Amino acid sequence: MAALGWLEPLWAFSFMQRALLGCVLLSLSAAPVGVFLMLRRMSLTGDAMAHAILPGAAVGFLISGLSLGAMTLGGIVAGLVVAVASGLVARSTVLREDTSLAAFYLLSLALGVLIISTYGSQVDLLHVLFGTVLALDDAALALLLGIALTTLLAMRLLYRALVLECLDPDFLRAHSPRWSALAHYGFLVLVVINLVAGFHALGTLMAVAIMVLPAAAARFWVRRIESLLWLAPVLALLCCVAGLLLSYHADWPTSPAIVLALGALWLLSMIFGRFGVWRQRSVSAVHLKG
Amino acid sequence: MKRRIFGRGLVAGLGLAGLGLGGAAWATGAPAGAGAATGAGAATGAAAAGATAAASAATATTAALPVVASFSILGDLVQQVGGERVQLTQLIGPDSDAHVFQPRPAQARLVGQARLVFSNGLGFEGWMPRLLRSANFRGQHVVLSRGIEPLRNPGHGHRHGHGHGHGHAHDHGEHDPHAWQNVAHVRVYVRNIADALCAADAAGCDFYRQRAQAYDAVLAQLDAEIRAAWAPIEVAQRRVIVAHDAFAYYGQAYNVRFMAARGVSADSEPTARGIARLVQQIREERIRALFVENVTDPRLIEQIGRETGLRPAGRLYSDALSAPGGTAPSYVEMLRHNTQALTRAVAGI
Repeated sequence: MAALGWLEPLWAFSFMQRALLGCVLLSLSAAPVGVFLMLRRMSLTGDAMAHAILPGAAVGFLISGLSLGAMTLGGIVAGLVVAVASGLVARSTVLREDTSLAAFYLLSLALGVLIISTYGSQVDLLHVLFGTVLALDDAALALLLGIALTTLLAMRLLYRALVLECLDPDFLRAHSPRWSALAHYGFLVLVVINLVAGFHALGTLMAVAIMVLPAAAARFWVRRIESLLWLAPVLALLCCVAGLLLSYHADWPTSPAIVLALGALWLLSMIFGRFGVWRQRSVSAVHLKG
Repeated sequence: MKRRIFGRGLVAGLGLAGLGLGGAAWATGAPAGAGAATGAGAATGAAAAGATAAASAATATTAALPVVASFSILGDLVQQVGGERVQLTQLIGPDSDAHVFQPRPAQARLVGQARLVFSNGLGFEGWMPRLLRSANFRGQHVVLSRGIEPLRNPGHGHRHGHGHGHGHAHDHGEHDPHAWQNVAHVRVYVRNIADALCAADAAGCDFYRQRAQAYDAVLAQLDAEIRAAWAPIEVAQRRVIVAHDAFAYYGQAYNVRFMAARGVSADSEPTARGIARLVQQIREERIRALFVENVTDPRLIEQIGRETGLRPAGRLYSDALSAPGGTAPSYVEMLRHNTQALTRAVAGI
């Protein structure tokens, strides 16, 4: 009963219910995307993309104020331009993806900083760019729902290509360049729209966390892609709820509380998980002897 | 690497360390993104103020005294006292938030050339000492809150909504800086301005004293007006929800209880507990007045409104004036506007 009392704020207030719903939607869509990010060794790409989105959202805000639509559109456009441009450069020049992405996101970031500092507006832009999950309104929740549905549908359709692109990209590219390109760019689109969804709820810097950390934690428990794709959202949701409750009971700011809960889970998984440090010690000792 | 520096800039902008880190990030050349949104507004405000001051200075017999005020409210006060004998620059313009300000090179140059720099003190402009040093400022730095009795910033743990300015103290240190919300304190500010201008420009001393006296009479009348406006409203009924904890001095002077969704700084992050507490208070104490401010994000207040069925009753001006032509382009008009909005909302008109 005591535990139930501890959970009580989740349904006692409608803003908590909204926050919870936002977390569910975000966990469902962002965490599976994070699994593929991890498998493709692109976790840092997510971080770079988050910065690429920021200036687009800023421009959207400057043009039409606190409009969810304009900021979302701006963020998606900026993110897609950077994603596609860096992908094109990576596929057609000597530069690899990481370098071209870094170059483009730095350009995007610099452009955004320039725009913000030249046309500052009355509500400080940073308050706007740092979303808070406590202030989600109906429109924001509808947007999160739309993005979650799009993501799940797209992952269902692209599943085989995505998996192949993770495991053996050269094979896929050689046998079906079209599917390879579709999987690659389709995936980048998913990353971008999920980051935009995340920034409404958690802010741009923290949005990456709900992608990367659950996937990384899940990897210490399971091996198969299907299992990862199930476990990551569950872990994400658990941590979001824990973070919300922590924010309520300990009086901590919400976004950092959620991200720290995710981080704590990741650390615990790393130590105690089936493939974590603790259980794998004996295995690696055997390997060393052999 | 780039990301980390930018991240730190954002953190500074967020006001986690609005005092120390904000200045540090600027001094070490981190991108101007963090506070630049306000910087731009400041520049236009400063340019406008500079232009008008320069225009009036042309008619004055002697060269105008170059002075700098840290933000728009102090700028108005200095202009009221200095008149056409001063050439005023405001670092932070109308509708801009001082918590996340970062100076720009052009502003540093103006500060370097100024004879007097006016700041509020009490930790409101944490970046000021660094700016003065790096701008090689050789004039007199005047802290206008000197001589008032500052309210203490209660310690950590009382972050939200315990009335009378219980706010989070991480940003502003020991004292609540928003002293200008009490007209009696501003009368002290005006005396301090006149003293400083007299010391810097002895020839104009009579001029300054005369203007300060005239303005003091206006302020005294304003104070009486505000008291008269609140007089018919029962003290128990005087409860208001605002976005950030900037009205403790107003609350103290005119016996109004303010509860804030965020801490003292406009940019401290809200907690679920804090919002829940406000929602409960609104329900239990039947609070009717819910306000957004000109320098803060309205979404949180709107969420509280949805939860409790209250509609935000309007916009208050806390840390900045509105642009000329707005509803609160001067200090006196700002307090009049706030008082009218507050009394109407509380009385349920």
